[in-house]
Amino acid sequence: MAFESLSDKLQNTFKKLRSKGLLTEDDVKTALKEVKMALLEADVNFKVVKQFINSVQERAVGQDVMNGLNPGQMVIKIVNEELVELMGPECAEIDFLPGKAITVLMMCGLQGAGKTTATAKLAGALVKKGKRPLLVACDIYRPGAIKQLQINGEKVNVPVFEMGDNNSPVNIAKAAIEHASKNDNNVVILDTAGRLHIDEEMMEELILIKDNVDVHQTILVVDAMTGQDAVTVADEFNSRIGIDGVILSKMDGDARGGAALSVKAVTRKPIFFVGMGEKLTDLEQFYPDRMANRILGMGDVLSLIEKAEENIAIDEETSKDMVGRLKKGKFDYNDYLESLKQMNNLGGLSSILGMLPGMGVKMKDIEGQIDEKQLKQTEAIILSMTKEERANPKIMSLPRKGRIAKGAGVDIAVVNRFVKQFEQTQKMMKQMPGMFGKKKGMGGLGGMFGNFF
Amino acid sequence: MAGFFAKLFGGFSQIDDDFYEELFEMLVLGDVGARTADDIVEKLKEQVKENHIKNPDDCKEFLKRNMKEKMLVPDGGFDFEKERSVIFIIGVNGVGKTTTIGKLASMFKKEGKRVLLAAADTFRAAATEQLREWADRAGVEMVGGKEGQDPSSVLFDAIASAKAKTVDVLLVDTAGRLHNKKNLMDELEKMNRLINSYYPLVHRENLVVLDGTTGQNALNQAREFSQVTKLTGFVMTKMDGTAKGGIAVAIQSELGIPVKYIGTGEKIDDIKRFDADEYVEGLFS
Repeated sequence: MAFESLSDKLQNTFKKLRSKGLLTEDDVKTALKEVKMALLEADVNFKVVKQFINSVQERAVGQDVMNGLNPGQMVIKIVNEELVELMGPECAEIDFLPGKAITVLMMCGLQGAGKTTATAKLAGALVKKGKRPLLVACDIYRPGAIKQLQINGEKVNVPVFEMGDNNSPVNIAKAAIEHASKNDNNVVILDTAGRLHIDEEMMEELILIKDNVDVHQTILVVDAMTGQDAVTVADEFNSRIGIDGVILSKMDGDARGGAALSVKAVTRKPIFFVGMGEKLTDLEQFYPDRMANRILGMGDVLSLIEKAEENIAIDEETSKDMVGRLKKGKFDYNDYLESLKQMNNLGGLSSILGMLPGMGVKMKDIEGQIDEKQLKQTEAIILSMTKEERANPKIMSLPRKGRIAKGAGVDIAVVNRFVKQFEQTQKMMKQMPGMFGKKKGMGGLGGMFGNFF
Repeated sequence: MAGFFAKLFGGFSQIDDDFYEELFEMLVLGDVGARTADDIVEKLKEQVKENHIKNPDDCKEFLKRNMKEKMLVPDGGFDFEKERSVIFIIGVNGVGKTTTIGKLASMFKKEGKRVLLAAADTFRAAATEQLREWADRAGVEMVGGKEGQDPSSVLFDAIASAKAKTVDVLLVDTAGRLHNKKNLMDELEKMNRLINSYYPLVHRENLVVLDGTTGQNALNQAREFSQVTKLTGFVMTKMDGTAKGGIAVAIQSELGIPVKYIGTGEKIDDIKRFDADEYVEGLFS
């Protein structure tokens, strides 16, 4: 699959980024090269990508690499934030007139964008919100369009106004508004024909509707699978007719949906809803963060970043403390336990390793060496020690080990092995306190892993 | 899409990194996809090196040939048109499946063939009505059913009718469901069996209709449909807009399925057989 090879590529790239502290221009450039490919594969327009990459580069160079992340991940974190920002705002609402006043919504878009389906879905959603919508069949060209709207209208229990295909859309819209005021409808939704943005006559038709009818909101329906041309389409519709927002259709498929970013970048208009499928209830709120995540296609990296962020507060406190102790050459069972906890906070060792770029491949070998069950066992052993034993490892003796083994439910040989291992670690820690001094943040074992892999 | 590359070859006096970067950008803007675009650029780089080419104009022929190779319809690709055939039209909703069927029906009829349509998309609201409208416009007959009816039963009726009237081409509209692959696969499988038992020895053609404005997802669609049934070609629709339909290049190089027809508008005559030479030459002229 395309995505896997992209992920592999990313992992290889990140391995090369070794600098610590601040993000260098090289780090940023290397990581952004991959981001660029990811965005292009997601169908974000080339020119939009170029601009986006440039602005991220400016922002990212010189930034502090967050604790627990490598430089590549740090760049992705910034990319993601910028994407979310660009895609926003969250849950934008369509503007409605209050009370009985009739709000007129005009739907427009290319052929096959999913307008009729989106129109019916929107009507259904409005009914749930207590509105009384009227659907209007203004597509007098496509065979079966009126019938399709009628069938869909029936399914969502919304009346459909139609005058066949012998009247102009302007007249149909006018008559529909009159009909609405008589029948107590407070929202009129015009389902217009699909049209090409370069079709002069057809674009003129929409302008004519707007000239003759008081359209409050014009909504562009965009197929989430649209390619590079999405910018041209959105730009033409927006500059010629003027749009107030967007519905992104066909998001239930596996398209990465880069068109959403392209459209947002050129129109700066909010995305109201996303269409999730054939069923007429499938209209969802738009969440910029989910969309950004989908376009970028790096969910695994992003969830690691999130977890690291969550833990940073706790982590920083304990690490500081621990680094101080280590510098004095102190390392007891309490410290060991703390390190274990830190790793568990990050979702367990195998989960962390799995999320780290470059780890996907090596996972199996590493799992053989450090298995999570063993870490659980270690935890049990330490928890079976008395406070005194934990703080002062030197007092460990055979009878104590026997008691601990019973408490942890393991053989005494296991406890023996662990104690020996602990003593070795302790020695190692004393020999290289510098390692913890340089890099603040994830101390203890977490820090060690960070440096090893 | 005419003259797409003209700017590139007019704007550079030597082959350098900027030239390649610009070529890459143009290919991506044409929806060829970043990966395929990269492949094309890399191959050209090799050829330029091997043949000691200095002038952008001289590498033009290589680029043309590379692209034509990727888009060529193999010999015999249109043989089904000359024989008694059943053509399945497959594709997701909104790509212009029904419209394509109407256009093909009209084209075949004008060439003197007897054409019958089967409205086996019984899933989408008003799909049958829409196809009937096209059947009327093309002046051909159509066999249909009710919404929700088993598509195979529609096909069964259509086969009976095709036999009785010694029809040359039976065009079958199918449901545009991809999300429930198993269902569609079962449905097509059942229809295939039906044809094998009741209408054997006909030439079979399975065409996937793709929207020319679709980006990289078109490749996914083609890939998924090729897992459902054996594809013999595809139809690129909506090629009258500003989109370039470059994804065809990616699809052909990955799946080896050629473009056979392109749709260029909403009118019934807006369809033509795909000609790789003409298409590629058009990009450069």
